[in-house]
Amino acid sequence: MDLGETAVKARAFSYFRAATIDHALDAHARAGDDARFIAGGQSLVPALSLRLQAPRLMIDITHIDELRGVRREGGHLRIGALTRHCEMLSEPLIAEFAPLLHAAAPFVAHPAIRNRGTFGGSVALADPASEFPAMTLALDAEIEIAGPSGRRRVRADDFFIDLFETALQPGELITAIYVPLFRADQRFAFDELARRRGDYALVGCGILATFAGERIHDIRISYLSVGNTPTRVRGAEATLVGSRLDAVRIAAAQAALEGDLAPPESDEVPPAMRLHLARVLLGRLLGRLGEAA
Amino acid sequence: MSGIDDSLLNEADETVRVRLIVNGRKVACEVAPRETLVDCLRDSLELTGTHAGCEMGACGACLVQLDGRAVHSCLIFAVQADGATVDTIEGLSERGAIADLQAEFHRRNALQCGFCTPGMLVNAHELLSQVTQPSREEIRDALSGNYCRCTGYEAIVDAIDAVAKARGTSGGVT
Ligand SMILES: Cc1cc2nc3c(=O)[nH]c(=O)nc-3n(C[C@H](O)[C@H](O)[C@H](O)COP(=O)(O)OP(=O)(O)OC[C@H]3O[C@@H](n4cnc5c(N)ncnc54)[C@H](O)[C@@H]3O)c2cc1C
Ligand code: FES
Ligand code: FES
Repeated sequence: MDLGETAVKARAFSYFRAATIDHALDAHARAGDDARFIAGGQSLVPALSLRLQAPRLMIDITHIDELRGVRREGGHLRIGALTRHCEMLSEPLIAEFAPLLHAAAPFVAHPAIRNRGTFGGSVALADPASEFPAMTLALDAEIEIAGPSGRRRVRADDFFIDLFETALQPGELITAIYVPLFRADQRFAFDELARRRGDYALVGCGILATFAGERIHDIRISYLSVGNTPTRVRGAEATLVGSRLDAVRIAAAQAALEGDLAPPESDEVPPAMRLHLARVLLGRLLGRLGEAA
Repeated sequence: MSGIDDSLLNEADETVRVRLIVNGRKVACEVAPRETLVDCLRDSLELTGTHAGCEMGACGACLVQLDGRAVHSCLIFAVQADGATVDTIEGLSERGAIADLQAEFHRRNALQCGFCTPGMLVNAHELLSQVTQPSREEIRDALSGNYCRCTGYEAIVDAIDAVAKARGTSGGVT
């Protein structure tokens, strides 16, 4: 990015602080969809400052109570879209019922960014290098969306479509994310490899596994920074279902990654290196899951 | 509060009135919606202790406390902060809240040009209010979003480490 050529001030816009979801949706429609919802602003403000985006209307959603709060609802934890990254670390309900999010949170940016950035904003943006979108896949989470035509829930498996492209339509708002409650027969692990702490990861991975005794009954493995979207590795998952976590199985899962992942060309991290790092990470994490018995 | 008024859409860049409590004082200023908090603090309120470096969240020079938490003032528009409490390096200094950190930074040469220092101090202040005895590793981790082009960080980590230990033995956090 050549900052010398780029303005670092946003283009002019109008600002509207919405008190309810309906007000926010209505404002978006009235601006002819030439509008942006702003939550933590930790991705949007830099994009505006660099003039990558220049909407006519900024709709502040941070004062909408309905988007806030973490609570149990049946078999799910409902995590409000405005839940800040730092709350993933401090909220006891998250540590207990969605420990994978708790484990991934320290890897998201730096403390001050975690003080403002929101879960809903991170999932809506769907940066393939971000931790939380990838973890919604591992958790089999559901994303609740409010739009002009009503409310719906979309499974994370169906939510991420392409680079920065999701099932969200223009003018739609994420209201909450529903995560199945963590259970006693489950284990989780998260880790990532980055050049420096706080940087976006070269490769990151989170796993949620359900055990029947010592055998894996079900496993979901999700990667960040390996392609255009957060990525589940179904081939590797399939090699593990029904088996114990021994060295042979772990090696088989690592080998299966070659068929699951096709990292894009990049000057900094060649595809072969990313695939190698993905294998290394999987070996470490599965090893940890095995020990966590 | 009610829904959007259509006339608002034709008033981009029309200034709006923002009320804040800055360093304990009530202030009101007229800002364009696109004006960031760091610009408002520096230009309208003449509080130039908060520094603007990268203006995109990468360097940490612009950290302030917003409702008690460290945030980047370059990543928030002043209108978003309407009604909030902001404490800048000036306020923290005047209150004496970081006097021991400042003295230790000075004593250990944890600054040269000083550009990064306000952000480092706001960050260190938050860290020590959450973790009373951080390890050096934790201190480094907390500072991972603050760039310093002069010191090589070692003296900064030393200073924060020393203050944490001193506060621990004196038995109180200021
Ligand atoms: C220096 C730096 C380092 C960072 N490092 C990392 C990192 O390592 N890992 C990581 O994951 N992130 C990182 N981030 C990004 C950060 O986590 C953001 O907080 C996050 O990506 C977006 O959340 P937000 O609430 O700030 O969203 P905003 O910036 O407010 O919005 C982002 C986008 O989502 C839309 N949006 C927001 N909320 C909703 C909603 N509820 N419904 C529909 N659309 C919505 C907005 O319209 C916008 O298009 C970093 C940011 C910075 C500045
Ligand atoms: S000026 Fe805000 S982080 Fe650099
Ligand atoms: S003292 Fe110069 S940048 Fe830190």
